[in-house]
Amino acid sequence: MTLDDTDRRILNRMQEDLPLCSAPFAAVATELGLTESDLLTRLQAMKDTGVITRFGPFFDAAAMGGAFCLCAMAVPADQFDAVLTKVNAHPEVAHNYERTHRLNMWFVLATETPEGITTTADAIEGETGITVHRFPKLQEFYIGFRVAA
Amino acid sequence: MTHQVSDRDIITALQAGLPLVPAPYAAVAEGLGIDEADLMTRIAAMKSSGVIRRIAAAPNHYKLGMIANGMTVWDVDDARITELGAIIGALPFVTHSYERPRALPDWPYNLFAMVHGSSDAEVEEKRNQIAAILGDACRGRDILYSTRILKKTGLRLRKKEA
Repeated sequence: MTLDDTDRRILNRMQEDLPLCSAPFAAVATELGLTESDLLTRLQAMKDTGVITRFGPFFDAAAMGGAFCLCAMAVPADQFDAVLTKVNAHPEVAHNYERTHRLNMWFVLATETPEGITTTADAIEGETGITVHRFPKLQEFYIGFRVAA
Repeated sequence: MTHQVSDRDIITALQAGLPLVPAPYAAVAEGLGIDEADLMTRIAAMKSSGVIRRIAAAPNHYKLGMIANGMTVWDVDDARITELGAIIGALPFVTHSYERPRALPDWPYNLFAMVHGSSDAEVEEKRNQIAAILGDACRGRDILYSTRILKKTGLRLRKKEA
């Protein structure tokens, strides 16, 4: 879909925290000078077309007693799809990217316990026969994540 | 009076996202069999404790024209990484930045900084700005471009055995 200026304003605003009230979209619509129904229609269109991959709470697994860990694997090209199916089948794999490097599959594990990282990464190694390199964060320098639309 | 639901029940109800309807919390609360006000109180507590960072949209960078997405990685002197990481993390074009362990000998890099741009050339130019800041504290560098999103669901709890 082609985003117009209103869509871009919506996207910039919606990457920030939504007010916690009964009618949060009406509140944001007022901020942006839109009607609630126009805002909801545009958000639904952006979700349907994949401009927005998800809308809702961002959970911090660590604050819940769990953990996140960035992992990487060097997957041979001829096994890539088969390994991908095995990796993505784990619900602990929160996102996964193909990248240009010998380590070509990079994914984040989000688990309910710190031990869950080891359990899941070991399981993936067992299923695929490929080392799962683990890169847990030691320090976080910025957690912006927002992109200007 | 509403029955007790656990934080886990609430997270499970919210993990796929909030419905795009005028009263989303009322809709989720109904599914959980609790009052809207109770659900909002619980969500407020989860925000205070940090379990919920924010309630917001996750955009697809590619569909926004940010087609170049470079994970820049650096081998930075351990004695200086905290000082330099803070500077790199504050750059406007760095969306997130972490110190992570090296995996020697394959992976000598300990600083990760994600750089988004509308072209590879733009990302390279920004990468050079980072290199200039790191100066001689940096002993090696690389950049990994993402070529495909293979999965992007966010946190999912496993179903508990009944």
